[in-house]
Amino acid sequence: MRDDSHGRLPDLTRRAFLSTAGSSAAAAAIAGCVPASSRAAGRASAGSVVDGPSIEGAVPVTLRINGKEQRLLVDPRTTLLDCVRETVALTGTKKGCDHGQCGACTVHVNGRRVNSCLSLALMHDGEEITTIEGLGTPDALHPMQAAFVACDAYQCGYCTSGQIMSAVALLKEPCGPDDEAVKELMSGNICRCGAYPNIVMAIQQVRRNA
Amino acid sequence: MHTFEFIRPADSAMAVAIGAQTKTAQQGADVRFLAGGTTLLDLMKLNVETPARLVDINRLPLDKVERMPDGGLKIGATARNSDLAHHPIVRRDYAVLSQAILAGASAQLRNMATTAGNLLQRTRCMYFRDTAMACNKREPGTGCPAITGSNRTLAVLGTSQNCIATNPSDMNVAMAALEATVHVQGAKGPRAVPLGEFHLLPGSTPERETVLEPGDLITHVTLPPPIAGSKQVYLKLRDRASYEFALASAAVVITVAGGKVTWARVALGGVGTKPWRSPEAEAALIGQIANATSFRAAAEAAMRDAKPQSENAFKIELAKRCLTHSLQMAATS
Repeated sequence: MRDDSHGRLPDLTRRAFLSTAGSSAAAAAIAGCVPASSRAAGRASAGSVVDGPSIEGAVPVTLRINGKEQRLLVDPRTTLLDCVRETVALTGTKKGCDHGQCGACTVHVNGRRVNSCLSLALMHDGEEITTIEGLGTPDALHPMQAAFVACDAYQCGYCTSGQIMSAVALLKEPCGPDDEAVKELMSGNICRCGAYPNIVMAIQQVRRNA
Repeated sequence: MHTFEFIRPADSAMAVAIGAQTKTAQQGADVRFLAGGTTLLDLMKLNVETPARLVDINRLPLDKVERMPDGGLKIGATARNSDLAHHPIVRRDYAVLSQAILAGASAQLRNMATTAGNLLQRTRCMYFRDTAMACNKREPGTGCPAITGSNRTLAVLGTSQNCIATNPSDMNVAMAALEATVHVQGAKGPRAVPLGEFHLLPGSTPERETVLEPGDLITHVTLPPPIAGSKQVYLKLRDRASYEFALASAAVVITVAGGKVTWARVALGGVGTKPWRSPEAEAALIGQIANATSFRAAAEAAMRDAKPQSENAFKIELAKRCLTHSLQMAATS
């Protein structure tokens, strides 16, 4: 039985906590500037059309994300990245440069890796999107996720979901057997911690065991 | 990013009709065709491009890569760069094109970027990309701060006093050496434009980069039948080993018989304001013994008219060595 006698916070993820704390602070700072309904209306029930945020000119789009159909209403400017993170609340995909230069936002569209920051959600109507959340679960990691853990292929972890999505796609692409070929095909994913040698090691481990 | 209307046309004719409603198909266009989005959305985020309408051509049947009856190759406008680079016919008969595409961008971007989009890829000149700066290409008449500013990566061939921006594409360089033809469906019907005439020199109108007019939709690119027995090489030199634009690159297609060069097509990248075919280098090669001396002479001919800026004089020698080495690689392959 759980002991709450030390004044523990209720079960909250870090993100939920920060989001609660952050939005209270933000609301205090910009009270009156944002329609109160815009956030609350943004949560979708499964299978239904998201009915808010009430954005002028929002248009419908249907994406299959990690095997689940998502019928959404988005501002036409919404990138696939912002759609996945903000509209569907799958925050494993990261925003780094937002200009196709870092690879943190890498997802699969119809099985191929792309930079989701340089693509509009509307371009992918009816298409199959896979994000890091669709790859494995904490209890049943994808072999590439397990290899990244085993090889210590990250430090801060911010680029890691993009690295893993790229690495999984690489398994199905023409790629020579040696480390140099892997480095070349992973060059679109930048790691500022410099975990590159271990990333290459993880990928090669998965390829050898495939 | 400015907001826009997103339109998915039923067919190419509808795309052309909508495109024809813009006042220009060049910088400042208020209707843009959207393919991979890797250049356009990048520039829209920077407010360098502010179209009121985006016409999504990704669902039009323009993505095929197929052999033509004459033995040449037809490459659809929306064929993805990765599909084109890995196509068996391209790998075998047009190896320089496969090599050039795979030398550019990243695997993710190549999965998105298209043939037509790559033809229309915009310069990486930092002044063009920054709306706080003057730029004759982005805002005609405001001046070119690159000429007196940061110009290490910019062009040494085809520049003018108004613009020294480099064409950043690798694919275009190979297309130039392969003598590609760009096929356009326009408001007045279809037409074919040789690649060498497709891109324009900046001159006094750097905002005009191609011959495209309002409504013009690139439908496909054709390549002539492969040159039997030709050796093809794309060599790219850059500041890092991968995922970087060229400081200098060379695409060469040559045949050597009896120790002499019997066919030569040469184009340079990273140094020109457009994909830089070099008839001077080709003329210097034909009939010559295929050795380092004649290759260097061809490189000297290619760069004879090069004009350095304050920070990029090194590119002239770099391009010469790049071309010389690529010819040696081709001759000994």
